[in-house]
Amino acid sequence: MFSYCEDPSTLDGLVWLSCYLTTGKQFLFYQSFGTVLILLFITAPVALAFGFGGAIAARSRIAPLRWVGKLYIAMVRGVPDIVYFMFFVIALDQALEWLRHKWKCPDWDQPIRQGSDFIVCAQAKLPLSAAPQVWHEVYNASLAIFTFGIVFGAFAANVLFGAMRAVPRAQIETAEAYGMTPRQAFWRILVPQMWIYALPGLSNLWMILIKATPLLFLLGVEDIVYWARELGGSANPRFTDYPHGDWRLWYFLALLVFYLAFTRLSEIVLGRLTERLSHGQATLGGVKQGKAA
Amino acid sequence: MSCWETVADYAFRSLGFGERLLPRSDFTLCQQFTLIGSGLIWNVYYGALALGFGFFLAVSLAVGKAAANPLFRKPAEWFIFVFRGSPLFIQFFLAYFLFLKLKQWQPVFDPLTSAVLGALIVLFFNTAAYSGEIFHGALRSVPRGDVEAAEAYGMTGWTKFRRVIFPTMLRLGWPSYTNEAIFLFHATTLVFFSGFPAWQQKGDALYYASYFADKTFNPFIPYPIVAFYFVLLTLVLIGLFGLVNRRLNRHLPQDQRPRMRLKPQILR
Repeated sequence: MFSYCEDPSTLDGLVWLSCYLTTGKQFLFYQSFGTVLILLFITAPVALAFGFGGAIAARSRIAPLRWVGKLYIAMVRGVPDIVYFMFFVIALDQALEWLRHKWKCPDWDQPIRQGSDFIVCAQAKLPLSAAPQVWHEVYNASLAIFTFGIVFGAFAANVLFGAMRAVPRAQIETAEAYGMTPRQAFWRILVPQMWIYALPGLSNLWMILIKATPLLFLLGVEDIVYWARELGGSANPRFTDYPHGDWRLWYFLALLVFYLAFTRLSEIVLGRLTERLSHGQATLGGVKQGKAA
Repeated sequence: MSCWETVADYAFRSLGFGERLLPRSDFTLCQQFTLIGSGLIWNVYYGALALGFGFFLAVSLAVGKAAANPLFRKPAEWFIFVFRGSPLFIQFFLAYFLFLKLKQWQPVFDPLTSAVLGALIVLFFNTAAYSGEIFHGALRSVPRGDVEAAEAYGMTGWTKFRRVIFPTMLRLGWPSYTNEAIFLFHATTLVFFSGFPAWQQKGDALYYASYFADKTFNPFIPYPIVAFYFVLLTLVLIGLFGLVNRRLNRHLPQDQRPRMRLKPQILR
Protein backbone atom coordinates (compact mmCIF):
# COMPACT_ATOMS: atom_id res chain seq x y z
CA MET A 1 0.00 0.00 0.00
CA PHE A 2 2.68 2.48 1.02
CA SER A 3 5.56 3.21 -1.34
CA TYR A 4 8.18 1.99 1.14
CA CYS A 5 6.59 -1.48 1.18
CA GLU A 6 8.36 -2.56 -2.03
CA ASP A 7 10.69 -5.01 -0.31
CA PRO A 8 9.28 -6.11 3.07
CA SER A 9 12.32 -8.24 3.95
CA THR A 10 14.38 -5.10 4.51
CA LEU A 11 11.87 -3.53 6.89
CA ASP A 12 11.43 -4.07 10.59
CA GLY A 13 9.55 -2.76 13.60
CA LEU A 14 6.54 -0.51 13.19
CA VAL A 15 7.27 0.16 9.52
CA TRP A 16 7.08 -3.55 8.77
CA LEU A 17 3.86 -3.79 10.78
CA SER A 18 2.29 -0.87 8.89
CA CYS A 19 3.06 -2.68 5.63
CA TYR A 20 1.86 -6.04 6.98
CA LEU A 21 -1.43 -4.58 8.17
CA THR A 22 -2.18 -3.06 4.77
CA THR A 23 -1.68 -6.11 2.56
CA GLY A 24 -4.56 -7.34 0.42
CA LYS A 25 -5.28 -10.31 2.64
CA GLN A 26 -5.52 -8.10 5.69
CA PHE A 27 -8.15 -6.04 3.90
CA LEU A 28 -10.18 -9.20 3.40
CA PHE A 29 -10.00 -9.59 7.18
CA TYR A 30 -11.19 -6.01 7.73
CA GLN A 31 -13.97 -6.52 5.22
CA SER A 32 -15.19 -9.55 7.11
CA PHE A 33 -15.98 -7.25 10.05
CA GLY A 34 -18.30 -5.47 7.64
CA THR A 35 -19.77 -8.82 6.60
CA VAL A 36 -20.53 -9.66 10.21
CA LEU A 37 -22.15 -6.28 10.83
CA ILE A 38 -24.23 -6.55 7.66
CA LEU A 39 -25.37 -10.06 8.56
CA LEU A 40 -26.21 -8.83 12.06
CA PHE A 41 -28.28 -5.92 10.80
CA ILE A 42 -30.15 -8.16 8.35
CA THR A 43 -30.68 -10.91 10.89
CA ALA A 44 -32.15 -8.67 13.58
CA PRO A 45 -35.21 -7.53 11.59
CA VAL A 46 -35.71 -11.04 10.18
CA ALA A 47 -35.68 -12.45 13.71
CA LEU A 48 -38.01 -9.71 14.90
CA ALA A 49 -40.43 -10.50 12.07
CA PHE A 50 -40.35 -14.21 12.92
CA GLY A 51 -40.85 -13.30 16.57
CA PHE A 52 -43.78 -11.02 15.82
CA GLY A 53 -45.40 -13.73 13.72
CA GLY A 54 -44.79 -16.31 16.42
CA ALA A 55 -46.23 -14.09 19.13
CA ILE A 56 -49.36 -13.34 17.09
CA ALA A 57 -49.77 -17.03 16.30
CA ALA A 58 -49.44 -17.91 20.00
CA ARG A 59 -52.25 -15.43 20.81
CA SER A 60 -54.49 -16.62 18.01
CA ARG A 61 -58.05 -17.74 18.67
CA ILE A 62 -57.65 -20.59 16.20
CA ALA A 63 -56.38 -23.52 18.22
CA PRO A 64 -54.00 -25.22 15.73
CA LEU A 65 -52.34 -21.89 14.93
CA ARG A 66 -52.00 -21.21 18.66
CA TRP A 67 -50.37 -24.59 19.18
CA VAL A 68 -47.89 -23.90 16.41
CA GLY A 69 -47.05 -20.54 17.98
CA LYS A 70 -46.62 -22.01 21.46
CA LEU A 71 -44.54 -24.87 20.11
CA TYR A 72 -42.32 -22.38 18.28
CA ILE A 73 -41.79 -20.37 21.47
CA ALA A 74 -41.12 -23.52 23.49
CA MET A 75 -38.66 -24.75 20.88
CA VAL A 76 -35.61 -22.89 22.15
CA ARG A 77 -36.03 -24.03 25.74
CA GLY A 78 -34.07 -27.05 26.77
CA VAL A 79 -32.04 -27.48 23.59
CA PRO A 80 -28.77 -25.63 22.85
CA ASP A 81 -29.20 -23.10 20.05
CA ILE A 82 -26.10 -24.38 18.28
CA VAL A 83 -27.92 -27.69 17.67
CA TYR A 84 -30.58 -25.76 15.78
CA PHE A 85 -27.97 -23.87 13.82
CA MET A 86 -26.27 -27.03 12.66
CA PHE A 87 -29.57 -28.75 12.01
CA PHE A 88 -31.38 -26.02 10.10
CA VAL A 89 -28.56 -25.21 7.71
CA ILE A 90 -28.51 -28.76 6.35
CA ALA A 91 -32.24 -29.34 6.74
CA LEU A 92 -33.22 -26.14 4.91
CA ASP A 93 -30.75 -26.86 2.13
CA GLN A 94 -32.09 -30.38 1.66
CA ALA A 95 -35.71 -29.23 1.88
CA LEU A 96 -35.18 -26.61 -0.84
CA GLU A 97 -33.35 -29.02 -3.10
CA TRP A 98 -35.99 -31.67 -2.57
CA LEU A 99 -38.79 -29.25 -3.49
CA ARG A 100 -36.97 -28.14 -6.63
CA HIS A 101 -36.26 -31.77 -7.41
CA LYS A 102 -39.97 -32.62 -7.23
CA TRP A 103 -40.77 -29.67 -9.44
CA LYS A 104 -38.01 -29.89 -12.06
CA CYS A 105 -37.52 -33.63 -12.41
CA PRO A 106 -40.94 -35.25 -11.96
CA ASP A 107 -39.91 -38.39 -13.85
CA TRP A 108 -36.96 -39.23 -11.58
CA ASP A 109 -37.65 -42.67 -10.14
CA GLN A 110 -34.71 -43.35 -7.82
CA PRO A 111 -35.03 -42.62 -4.09
CA ILE A 112 -33.56 -39.36 -2.77
CA ARG A 113 -31.65 -41.02 0.02
CA GLN A 114 -29.43 -43.82 -1.21
CA GLY A 115 -27.54 -45.22 1.74
CA SER A 116 -25.47 -42.33 2.99
CA ASP A 117 -26.11 -40.03 0.05
CA PHE A 118 -28.64 -37.35 -0.64
CA ILE A 119 -29.15 -37.30 -4.39
CA VAL A 120 -31.24 -34.89 -6.42
CA CYS A 121 -31.09 -34.30 -10.15
CA ALA A 122 -28.51 -31.83 -11.44
CA GLN A 123 -31.08 -29.16 -12.35
CA ALA A 124 -32.33 -29.09 -8.77
CA LYS A 125 -28.99 -28.39 -7.15
CA LEU A 126 -28.84 -25.15 -5.21
CA PRO A 127 -27.06 -23.16 -6.38
CA LEU A 128 -26.46 -24.85 -9.75
CA SER A 129 -22.99 -26.37 -9.85
CA ALA A 130 -22.15 -24.15 -12.85
CA ALA A 131 -23.08 -20.98 -10.97
CA PRO A 132 -20.26 -18.56 -10.15
CA GLN A 133 -18.61 -18.67 -6.74
CA VAL A 134 -20.41 -15.53 -5.60
CA TRP A 135 -23.78 -17.26 -5.72
CA HIS A 136 -22.53 -20.10 -3.58
CA GLU A 137 -21.45 -17.59 -0.97
CA VAL A 138 -24.69 -15.64 -1.19
CA TYR A 139 -26.68 -18.86 -0.87
CA ASN A 140 -24.65 -19.93 2.17
CA ALA A 141 -25.05 -16.54 3.79
CA SER A 142 -28.80 -16.43 3.22
CA LEU A 143 -29.21 -19.91 4.67
CA ALA A 144 -27.25 -18.77 7.70
CA ILE A 145 -29.34 -15.62 8.07
CA PHE A 146 -32.57 -17.57 7.74
CA THR A 147 -31.39 -20.07 10.35
CA PHE A 148 -30.44 -17.31 12.76
CA GLY A 149 -33.80 -15.70 12.05
CA ILE A 150 -35.71 -18.84 12.94
CA VAL A 151 -33.83 -19.50 16.17
CA PHE A 152 -33.66 -15.93 17.42
CA GLY A 153 -37.22 -15.40 16.21
CA ALA A 154 -38.27 -17.98 18.77
CA PHE A 155 -36.49 -16.00 21.51
CA ALA A 156 -38.09 -12.79 20.24
CA ALA A 157 -41.52 -14.41 20.07
CA ASN A 158 -41.20 -15.27 23.74
CA VAL A 159 -40.32 -11.66 24.60
CA LEU A 160 -43.06 -10.13 22.45
CA PHE A 161 -45.66 -12.60 23.70
CA GLY A 162 -44.86 -11.55 27.25
CA ALA A 163 -44.88 -7.87 26.31
CA MET A 164 -48.31 -8.13 24.66
CA ARG A 165 -49.67 -9.64 27.83
CA ALA A 166 -48.04 -6.94 29.95
CA VAL A 167 -49.98 -4.09 28.34
CA PRO A 168 -52.65 -3.20 30.91
CA ARG A 169 -55.95 -4.88 30.17
CA ALA A 170 -57.79 -1.60 30.77
CA GLN A 171 -56.18 -0.11 27.66
CA ILE A 172 -57.77 -2.75 25.43
CA GLU A 173 -61.08 -2.41 27.24
CA THR A 174 -61.03 1.32 26.61
CA ALA A 175 -60.38 0.69 22.93
CA GLU A 176 -63.32 -1.69 22.84
CA ALA A 177 -65.48 0.87 24.60
CA TYR A 178 -64.65 3.31 21.80
CA GLY A 179 -66.01 0.78 19.35
CA MET A 180 -62.74 -0.49 17.88
CA THR A 181 -62.68 -3.96 16.39
CA PRO A 182 -60.21 -6.45 17.90
CA ARG A 183 -57.95 -5.91 14.91
CA GLN A 184 -57.97 -2.13 15.34
CA ALA A 185 -57.41 -2.43 19.08
CA PHE A 186 -54.47 -4.72 18.41
CA TRP A 187 -52.72 -2.49 15.88
CA ARG A 188 -53.57 0.92 17.31
CA ILE A 189 -53.44 0.30 21.06
CA LEU A 190 -51.58 -2.91 21.86
CA VAL A 191 -48.71 -2.81 19.39
CA PRO A 192 -47.61 0.80 20.04
CA GLN A 193 -47.67 0.24 23.80
CA MET A 194 -46.01 -3.14 23.96
CA TRP A 195 -42.52 -1.97 22.92
CA ILE A 196 -41.59 -0.50 26.27
CA TYR A 197 -42.41 -3.81 27.94
CA ALA A 198 -40.53 -5.71 25.25
CA LEU A 199 -37.47 -3.48 25.29
CA PRO A 200 -35.56 -5.05 28.21
CA GLY A 201 -36.02 -8.49 26.69
CA LEU A 202 -35.18 -7.30 23.19
CA SER A 203 -32.03 -5.49 24.36
CA ASN A 204 -30.95 -8.66 26.07
CA LEU A 205 -31.67 -10.54 22.86
CA TRP A 206 -29.63 -8.09 20.81
CA MET A 207 -26.67 -8.72 23.12
CA ILE A 208 -27.09 -12.47 22.72
CA LEU A 209 -27.36 -12.03 18.97
CA ILE A 210 -24.10 -10.06 18.85
CA LYS A 211 -22.39 -12.75 20.87
CA ALA A 212 -23.80 -15.46 18.61
CA THR A 213 -22.33 -13.98 15.40
CA PRO A 214 -19.03 -15.90 15.64
CA LEU A 215 -21.13 -19.05 15.22
CA LEU A 216 -21.65 -17.99 11.60
CA PHE A 217 -18.20 -19.48 11.13
CA LEU A 218 -19.64 -22.92 11.88
CA LEU A 219 -22.32 -22.37 9.23
CA GLY A 220 -19.74 -21.91 6.52
CA VAL A 221 -19.65 -18.12 6.26
CA GLU A 222 -16.20 -16.59 5.77
CA ASP A 223 -16.45 -14.33 8.79
CA ILE A 224 -13.94 -12.79 11.16
CA VAL A 225 -13.24 -16.08 12.93
CA TYR A 226 -12.41 -17.71 9.61
CA TRP A 227 -10.01 -14.94 8.62
CA ALA A 228 -8.43 -14.69 12.07
CA ARG A 229 -7.58 -18.38 11.87
CA GLU A 230 -6.39 -18.10 8.28
CA LEU A 231 -4.16 -15.08 8.74
CA GLY A 232 -3.06 -15.80 12.30
CA GLY A 233 -1.53 -19.19 11.55
CA SER A 234 2.21 -19.16 11.08
CA ALA A 235 3.16 -17.78 7.67
CA ASN A 236 5.96 -19.57 5.86
CA PRO A 237 8.58 -17.33 4.16
CA ARG A 238 8.23 -19.46 1.04
CA PHE A 239 4.64 -18.41 0.42
CA THR A 240 4.52 -14.86 1.68
CA ASP A 241 6.60 -11.72 1.86
CA TYR A 242 5.52 -11.25 5.45
CA PRO A 243 6.54 -14.36 7.37
CA HIS A 244 5.55 -14.55 11.04
CA GLY A 245 4.98 -17.14 13.73
CA ASP A 246 1.69 -18.31 15.17
CA TRP A 247 -0.19 -15.06 15.76
CA ARG A 248 -3.65 -16.49 16.21
CA LEU A 249 -3.58 -15.44 19.86
CA TRP A 250 -3.24 -11.77 18.86
CA TYR A 251 -5.85 -12.02 16.13
CA PHE A 252 -8.36 -13.49 18.52
CA LEU A 253 -7.42 -10.89 21.12
CA ALA A 254 -8.36 -8.27 18.53
CA LEU A 255 -11.71 -10.02 17.99
CA LEU A 256 -12.30 -10.07 21.73
CA VAL A 257 -11.68 -6.33 21.97
CA PHE A 258 -13.97 -5.74 18.98
CA TYR A 259 -16.81 -7.63 20.63
CA LEU A 260 -16.25 -5.96 23.99
CA ALA A 261 -16.41 -2.53 22.36
CA PHE A 262 -19.47 -3.47 20.34
CA THR A 263 -21.46 -4.86 23.28
CA ARG A 264 -20.50 -1.86 25.43
CA LEU A 265 -21.62 0.56 22.73
CA SER A 266 -24.90 -1.33 22.31
CA GLU A 267 -25.46 -1.20 26.06
CA ILE A 268 -25.11 2.58 26.09
CA VAL A 269 -27.36 3.11 23.06
CA LEU A 270 -30.04 0.74 24.36
CA GLY A 271 -29.93 2.48 27.75
CA ARG A 272 -30.68 5.81 26.07
CA LEU A 273 -33.43 4.23 23.98
CA THR A 274 -35.11 2.82 27.09
CA GLU A 275 -35.10 6.26 28.62
CA ARG A 276 -36.70 7.77 25.53
CA LEU A 277 -39.39 5.13 25.19
CA SER A 278 -40.30 5.45 28.87
CA HIS A 279 -41.66 8.96 28.27
CA GLY A 280 -45.28 9.14 29.27
CA GLN A 281 -45.62 5.41 29.94
CA ALA A 282 -47.47 3.99 32.91
CA THR A 283 -44.33 2.18 34.09
CA LEU A 284 -42.07 2.94 37.04
CA GLY A 285 -39.47 4.53 34.76
CA GLY A 286 -42.03 6.70 33.00
CA VAL A 287 -43.60 7.87 36.26
CA LYS A 288 -40.18 8.74 37.66
CA GLN A 289 -39.43 10.87 34.58
CA GLY A 290 -42.79 12.60 34.92
CA LYS A 291 -42.07 13.52 38.53
CA ALA A 292 -38.62 14.83 37.71
CA ALA A 293 -39.97 17.15 35.04
CA MET B 1 -25.12 -57.00 15.93
CA SER B 2 -27.79 -56.57 18.56
CA CYS B 3 -28.45 -53.29 20.25
CA TRP B 4 -27.09 -54.52 23.56
CA GLU B 5 -23.76 -55.33 21.98
CA THR B 6 -23.68 -51.85 20.49
CA VAL B 7 -24.36 -50.36 23.90
CA ALA B 8 -21.60 -52.49 25.41
CA ASP B 9 -19.18 -51.39 22.68
CA TYR B 10 -19.96 -47.70 22.55
CA ALA B 11 -21.56 -46.62 25.84
CA PHE B 12 -18.23 -45.29 27.15
CA ARG B 13 -16.59 -44.63 23.78
CA SER B 14 -16.35 -40.91 24.57
CA LEU B 15 -14.08 -41.77 27.52
CA GLY B 16 -11.95 -44.11 25.41
CA PHE B 17 -13.34 -47.46 26.57
CA GLY B 18 -14.83 -50.13 24.34
CA GLU B 19 -14.68 -50.28 20.56
CA ARG B 20 -11.95 -48.03 19.16
CA LEU B 21 -13.32 -47.42 15.66
CA LEU B 22 -16.50 -45.45 15.23
CA PRO B 23 -19.15 -47.03 12.99
CA ARG B 24 -18.43 -46.14 9.37
CA SER B 25 -21.41 -47.37 7.40
CA ASP B 26 -24.87 -48.86 7.90
CA PHE B 27 -25.60 -46.64 10.84
CA THR B 28 -28.35 -47.92 13.07
CA LEU B 29 -30.57 -45.86 15.31
CA CYS B 30 -29.15 -47.76 18.25
CA GLN B 31 -25.59 -46.73 17.39
CA GLN B 32 -26.60 -43.11 17.13
CA PHE B 33 -28.48 -43.13 20.42
CA THR B 34 -25.62 -44.89 22.21
CA LEU B 35 -22.77 -42.78 20.88
CA ILE B 36 -24.53 -39.46 21.31
CA GLY B 37 -25.54 -40.48 24.82
CA SER B 38 -21.94 -41.45 25.45
CA GLY B 39 -20.88 -37.98 24.37
CA LEU B 40 -23.33 -36.48 26.83
CA ILE B 41 -21.00 -37.66 29.61
CA TRP B 42 -18.64 -34.84 28.62
CA ASN B 43 -21.40 -32.26 28.60
CA VAL B 44 -22.35 -33.29 32.11
CA TYR B 45 -18.69 -33.31 33.17
CA TYR B 46 -18.04 -29.77 31.92
CA GLY B 47 -21.34 -28.41 33.15
CA ALA B 48 -21.22 -29.94 36.62
CA LEU B 49 -17.60 -29.10 37.39
CA ALA B 50 -17.71 -25.58 35.96
CA LEU B 51 -20.90 -24.88 37.87
CA GLY B 52 -19.54 -26.38 41.08
CA PHE B 53 -16.28 -24.44 41.09
CA GLY B 54 -17.86 -21.40 39.44
CA PHE B 55 -20.29 -20.95 42.30
CA PHE B 56 -17.55 -19.98 44.75
CA LEU B 57 -15.84 -17.61 42.35
CA ALA B 58 -19.25 -16.13 41.49
CA VAL B 59 -20.03 -15.35 45.13
CA SER B 60 -16.57 -13.79 45.55
CA LEU B 61 -17.09 -11.71 42.41
CA ALA B 62 -20.51 -10.56 43.57
CA VAL B 63 -19.16 -9.49 46.96
CA GLY B 64 -16.15 -7.92 45.25
CA LYS B 65 -18.31 -5.94 42.84
CA ALA B 66 -20.42 -4.68 45.74
CA ALA B 67 -17.37 -3.69 47.79
CA ALA B 68 -16.69 -0.04 48.54
CA ASN B 69 -12.95 -0.48 48.16
CA PRO B 70 -11.97 -0.01 44.49
CA LEU B 71 -9.11 -2.44 45.00
CA PHE B 72 -11.67 -5.25 45.14
CA ARG B 73 -14.41 -3.63 43.09
CA LYS B 74 -12.48 -2.79 39.93
CA PRO B 75 -11.01 -6.26 39.23
CA ALA B 76 -14.40 -7.88 39.83
CA GLU B 77 -16.12 -5.38 37.53
CA TRP B 78 -13.58 -5.91 34.77
CA PHE B 79 -13.66 -9.68 35.07
CA ILE B 80 -17.43 -9.71 34.76
CA PHE B 81 -17.36 -7.19 31.92
CA VAL B 82 -14.80 -9.12 29.84
CA PHE B 83 -16.44 -12.50 30.20
CA ARG B 84 -20.02 -11.27 29.80
CA GLY B 85 -19.25 -8.82 27.01
CA SER B 86 -17.54 -11.21 24.61
CA PRO B 87 -18.72 -14.39 22.90
CA LEU B 88 -17.87 -17.66 24.60
CA PHE B 89 -16.84 -19.01 21.21
CA ILE B 90 -14.10 -16.37 20.93
CA GLN B 91 -13.06 -16.99 24.53
CA PHE B 92 -12.54 -20.67 23.74
CA PHE B 93 -10.35 -19.86 20.73
CA LEU B 94 -8.38 -17.22 22.59
CA ALA B 95 -7.80 -19.48 25.58
CA TYR B 96 -6.70 -22.36 23.38
CA PHE B 97 -4.11 -20.29 21.55
CA LEU B 98 -2.99 -18.72 24.83
CA PHE B 99 -2.50 -22.19 26.32
CA LEU B 100 -0.54 -23.24 23.22
CA LYS B 101 1.80 -20.30 23.76
CA LEU B 102 2.19 -21.16 27.42
CA LYS B 103 2.97 -24.73 26.48
CA GLN B 104 5.75 -23.62 24.15
CA TRP B 105 7.18 -21.48 26.90
CA GLN B 106 6.93 -24.03 29.72
CA PRO B 107 6.05 -27.70 29.08
CA VAL B 108 4.35 -27.75 32.51
CA PHE B 109 1.31 -26.15 30.88
CA ASP B 110 0.83 -29.08 28.52
CA PRO B 111 -2.40 -30.39 30.13
CA LEU B 112 -4.04 -27.00 29.62
CA THR B 113 -4.14 -27.49 25.85
CA SER B 114 -6.37 -30.53 26.18
CA ALA B 115 -10.11 -30.00 26.15
CA VAL B 116 -10.49 -31.83 29.47
CA LEU B 117 -8.79 -29.08 31.44
CA GLY B 118 -8.49 -26.08 29.12
CA ALA B 119 -12.15 -25.87 28.12
CA LEU B 120 -13.19 -26.48 31.70
CA ILE B 121 -11.21 -23.43 32.83
CA VAL B 122 -12.86 -21.22 30.21
CA LEU B 123 -16.34 -22.46 31.14
CA PHE B 124 -15.50 -22.00 34.81
CA PHE B 125 -14.53 -18.34 34.32
CA ASN B 126 -17.45 -17.73 31.99
CA THR B 127 -20.13 -19.10 34.28
CA ALA B 128 -18.52 -17.40 37.28
CA ALA B 129 -18.84 -14.05 35.52
CA TYR B 130 -22.49 -14.56 34.55
CA SER B 131 -23.48 -15.94 37.96
CA GLY B 132 -21.41 -13.24 39.66
CA GLU B 133 -23.55 -10.61 37.94
CA ILE B 134 -26.72 -12.45 38.98
CA PHE B 135 -25.59 -12.68 42.60
CA HIS B 136 -24.47 -9.06 42.54
CA GLY B 137 -27.98 -8.06 41.52
CA ALA B 138 -29.42 -10.27 44.26
CA LEU B 139 -27.01 -8.81 46.79
CA ARG B 140 -28.22 -5.32 46.01
CA SER B 141 -31.82 -6.34 46.54
CA VAL B 142 -31.32 -7.89 49.96
CA PRO B 143 -34.01 -6.10 52.03
CA ARG B 144 -32.65 -3.30 54.17
CA GLY B 145 -34.73 -4.49 57.10
CA ASP B 146 -32.99 -7.88 57.13
CA VAL B 147 -29.59 -6.24 57.44
CA GLU B 148 -30.81 -3.85 60.13
CA ALA B 149 -32.32 -6.72 62.07
CA ALA B 150 -29.00 -8.57 61.92
CA GLU B 151 -27.22 -5.48 63.20
CA ALA B 152 -29.77 -5.09 65.98
CA TYR B 153 -28.81 -8.57 67.12
CA GLY B 154 -25.22 -7.40 67.30
CA MET B 155 -23.99 -9.30 64.25
CA THR B 156 -21.16 -7.78 62.30
CA GLY B 157 -18.82 -8.65 59.46
CA TRP B 158 -18.49 -12.30 58.65
CA THR B 159 -21.28 -13.50 60.98
CA LYS B 160 -23.74 -11.05 59.45
CA PHE B 161 -22.75 -12.11 55.95
CA ARG B 162 -22.88 -15.83 56.61
CA ARG B 163 -26.12 -15.91 58.55
CA VAL B 164 -28.22 -13.17 56.97
CA ILE B 165 -26.91 -11.62 53.77
CA PHE B 166 -25.59 -14.73 52.00
CA PRO B 167 -28.71 -16.92 52.46
CA THR B 168 -31.00 -14.08 51.35
CA MET B 169 -28.83 -13.31 48.36
CA LEU B 170 -28.85 -16.96 47.33
CA ARG B 171 -32.60 -17.16 47.76
CA LEU B 172 -33.25 -14.08 45.65
CA GLY B 173 -30.81 -15.00 42.92
CA TRP B 174 -31.70 -18.68 42.69
CA PRO B 175 -34.30 -18.59 39.86
CA SER B 176 -31.91 -16.66 37.61
CA TYR B 177 -29.07 -18.90 38.68
CA THR B 178 -31.08 -21.93 37.56
CA ASN B 179 -31.47 -20.27 34.19
CA GLU B 180 -27.73 -19.66 34.00
CA ALA B 181 -27.02 -23.29 34.88
CA ILE B 182 -29.21 -24.44 31.99
CA PHE B 183 -27.35 -22.09 29.65
CA LEU B 184 -24.02 -23.36 30.87
CA PHE B 185 -24.93 -26.94 30.03
CA HIS B 186 -26.02 -25.77 26.59
CA ALA B 187 -22.78 -23.87 26.14
CA THR B 188 -20.73 -27.02 26.74
CA THR B 189 -21.68 -28.16 23.23
CA LEU B 190 -19.36 -25.49 21.82
CA VAL B 191 -16.18 -26.99 23.26
CA PHE B 192 -15.23 -29.33 20.42
CA PHE B 193 -16.12 -26.83 17.70
CA SER B 194 -13.78 -24.14 18.93
CA GLY B 195 -10.16 -25.10 18.56
CA PHE B 196 -9.89 -27.63 21.34
CA PRO B 197 -9.10 -30.91 19.58
CA ALA B 198 -11.04 -34.11 20.24
CA TRP B 199 -8.35 -36.75 20.84
CA GLN B 200 -9.08 -40.12 19.23
CA GLN B 201 -12.61 -38.93 18.46
CA LYS B 202 -13.53 -38.65 22.11
CA GLY B 203 -16.09 -35.88 21.88
CA ASP B 204 -19.31 -34.61 23.35
CA ALA B 205 -22.91 -35.24 22.28
CA LEU B 206 -22.94 -32.65 19.51
CA TYR B 207 -19.58 -33.84 18.24
CA TYR B 208 -20.94 -37.32 17.60
CA ALA B 209 -24.20 -35.94 16.24
CA SER B 210 -22.37 -33.86 13.66
CA TYR B 211 -20.20 -36.90 12.88
CA PHE B 212 -23.33 -38.86 12.01
CA ALA B 213 -24.87 -35.93 10.14
CA ASP B 214 -21.70 -35.56 8.06
CA LYS B 215 -21.52 -39.26 7.29
CA THR B 216 -25.19 -39.86 6.48
CA PHE B 217 -26.13 -36.43 5.04
CA ASN B 218 -29.26 -36.83 7.09
CA PRO B 219 -29.65 -34.24 9.86
CA PHE B 220 -33.14 -35.45 10.76
CA ILE B 221 -31.98 -38.28 13.02
CA PRO B 222 -28.85 -37.29 15.01
CA TYR B 223 -29.85 -33.71 15.89
CA PRO B 224 -33.27 -34.61 17.27
CA ILE B 225 -31.48 -37.25 19.38
CA VAL B 226 -29.21 -34.54 20.83
CA ALA B 227 -32.27 -32.38 21.39
CA PHE B 228 -33.98 -35.24 23.22
CA TYR B 229 -31.00 -35.78 25.51
CA PHE B 230 -30.72 -32.09 26.28
CA VAL B 231 -34.40 -31.72 27.07
CA LEU B 232 -33.96 -34.57 29.55
CA LEU B 233 -30.85 -32.95 30.99
CA THR B 234 -32.66 -29.62 31.34
CA LEU B 235 -35.57 -31.26 33.12
CA VAL B 236 -33.24 -33.01 35.57
CA LEU B 237 -31.45 -29.71 36.18
CA ILE B 238 -34.70 -27.86 36.85
CA GLY B 239 -35.73 -30.64 39.23
CA LEU B 240 -32.48 -30.50 41.21
CA PHE B 241 -32.42 -26.71 41.39
CA GLY B 242 -36.09 -26.77 42.37
CA LEU B 243 -35.23 -28.93 45.39
CA VAL B 244 -32.58 -26.44 46.48
CA ASN B 245 -35.01 -23.60 45.88
CA ARG B 246 -37.54 -25.27 48.17
CA ARG B 247 -34.97 -25.58 50.89
CA LEU B 248 -33.84 -21.97 50.54
CA ASN B 249 -37.40 -20.73 50.88
CA ARG B 250 -38.60 -23.12 53.57
CA HIS B 251 -38.94 -20.40 56.24
CA LEU B 252 -41.38 -18.34 54.19
CA PRO B 253 -45.17 -18.68 54.46
CA GLN B 254 -46.58 -21.02 51.80
CA ASP B 255 -48.12 -18.34 49.60
CA GLN B 256 -45.02 -16.14 49.49
CA ARG B 257 -42.63 -18.82 48.28
CA PRO B 258 -41.47 -18.17 44.74
CA ARG B 259 -42.41 -21.12 42.61
CA MET B 260 -39.88 -22.71 40.34
CA ARG B 261 -41.63 -22.85 37.03
CA LEU B 262 -41.04 -25.76 34.74
CA LYS B 263 -40.69 -23.22 31.97
CA PRO B 264 -37.38 -21.49 32.55
CA GLN B 265 -36.69 -18.06 31.16
CA ILE B 266 -34.73 -18.34 27.98
CA LEU B 267 -32.59 -15.23 28.11
CA ARG B 268 -29.32 -14.83 29.90
